[in-house]
Amino acid sequence: MEQVLTLFFEYKESIFIIALSIFLGVEVISNVPAVLHTPLMSGANAISGVIIIGGIILVGHSDLSTLSVDLVLGILALVFGTLNVVGGFVVTDRMLEMFKKRKK
Amino acid sequence: MDKIIGIVNGVEFTIGTSLLELSYLLAALLFVYGLKLLSHPDTARKGNMWAATGMGLAMLTTLLLHKNSSGEGIALMNIWVIIVFIGLGSAIGWIVARKVKMTAMPQLVSVYNATGGAASMLVALLEYPHAVAGDIGSILVTILGLVIGAIAFSGSMIAYGKLDGKVGDIMKPFMTYLNLFLLVITFALSIYIIASPLPPTDLMWALYTLTALALLYGVMFVMPIGGADMPVVISLLNALTGVAAAMAGFIYGNQAMILGGILVGSAGMILTILMCNAMNRSLLNVIIGSFGGSSGVGSDSVDQTVREIALSDAAILLSYSQKVYIVPGYGLAVAQAQHLCHELDTLLEGKGVEVKYAIHPVAGRMPGHMNVLLAEADVPYEKLMEMDDANQEMANTDVVIVVGANDVVNPAAEDDPASPIYGMPIIKVLEAKNIIVMKRSMATGYAAIPNNLFYHPKNRMLFGDAKATLQKLVAEIKSM
Repeated sequence: MEQVLTLFFEYKESIFIIALSIFLGVEVISNVPAVLHTPLMSGANAISGVIIIGGIILVGHSDLSTLSVDLVLGILALVFGTLNVVGGFVVTDRMLEMFKKRKK
Repeated sequence: MDKIIGIVNGVEFTIGTSLLELSYLLAALLFVYGLKLLSHPDTARKGNMWAATGMGLAMLTTLLLHKNSSGEGIALMNIWVIIVFIGLGSAIGWIVARKVKMTAMPQLVSVYNATGGAASMLVALLEYPHAVAGDIGSILVTILGLVIGAIAFSGSMIAYGKLDGKVGDIMKPFMTYLNLFLLVITFALSIYIIASPLPPTDLMWALYTLTALALLYGVMFVMPIGGADMPVVISLLNALTGVAAAMAGFIYGNQAMILGGILVGSAGMILTILMCNAMNRSLLNVIIGSFGGSSGVGSDSVDQTVREIALSDAAILLSYSQKVYIVPGYGLAVAQAQHLCHELDTLLEGKGVEVKYAIHPVAGRMPGHMNVLLAEADVPYEKLMEMDDANQEMANTDVVIVVGANDVVNPAAEDDPASPIYGMPIIKVLEAKNIIVMKRSMATGYAAIPNNLFYHPKNRMLFGDAKATLQKLVAEIKSM
């Protein structure tokens, strides 16, 4: 019990962010028409590519002088993250472009 | 930039670090704003752009302003390496996203989701050895990021394989128990690592075992799921990737990552639940239930004659109707017949026939997949009716054309309690005056459930590839 409370106190700001973001995500999405389910899912998928920041930090502070397993994995994380971000946003845009065309 | 401008909680900070945090705040706001705009048809594209701008901003400022715990920024050499690899990833991501066919979109979203999960998994894997023994909070989030990321990665890859037809559905009765067992030992090992007082570097064996277990669980969990449940799984995996990214955000104390990740997690979860509701099933039922296990029920109770309709008759029937509904399914997408569908629709409209499309929420392989495909063929989205609206108009409809759809019009969902899709809302085509089903053969749909609609007296079959049949039908109507 004490340990749980300590954890809560230590991370209270983040836990607030989590609680509010959950609510925000639900609110933002709840009225979406079925037409947009696929683009929305794809767009959200691209946003989950924020993990790329982790990749940048990892490779940014790693030692480049030796080719270690850690470095290779870090670079892999960076490339995967980029794929998620760039691919995700471009695919979403391509889907939405088609809706746009019909608008007069 | 490196000028120290203050101390908060005993930590000195510079102009650069405060600017970095400010940019993260802006990025997080852009994510929320973008997602908000994405949920309205008129503003969706702009929303995607804003979210992408937020991402670009966060990436750029991290590259230029990030400092590690000892206050060192990212060295110039590292910046170049990062730019090169981001460039490489961008080029691949961009080209594939531009080149892929619209029908293969669900597969691609699955793959990109897998890469996100893999990135989270790798980040957690690499950060774990740097954690301080006994720091339960940061070890907890690292382990969660690792496990959730790994499940999202391997699960999405299997989902990709299934959507692409490379992996079949494998469902054995023992798998439910095996999966439960896997989940329990994954959980137990996670607790062991989190609670262990040993320094993380002594626990690497456990970490690698845990990674393997989570990867295996991802595979095993998606393996038995198939049929109409696929969209639900993709959406769920998408939510998981978001949560994994948020966990990594905790490792770095990065609020943009936490907010962005959780936002995707909760939005994805709501979308998943919306889809489950559309099929009248609970999420638990989708995950542990077996789909298509009890097929072959009820099909022998009716007379099994199938009536075909000649092309010319179909053409006349359609031309002299007042209201026609088209019910598209995945078969339409596979045959790449969406453009022809639109051609038929404009042709009939020219003859004064009102043509609309009835879109089932889970038609296709992803929610809204049909809408995207029809939009690609220039069908205005005002003509795409959602299921409930379409069902209200069914009784006044002269002809319903079912193109490559099966399960979403199966009356067994309403009248056969033994059917695995019993209770799923369907498009009530039987209420219309006439039905024409375009189908390649009498084979069952993706969910492998027999469909009595085909034998109904109101129904006529038009056999053949959707594209070829539509082509002939269009030509027939033109020559009338």
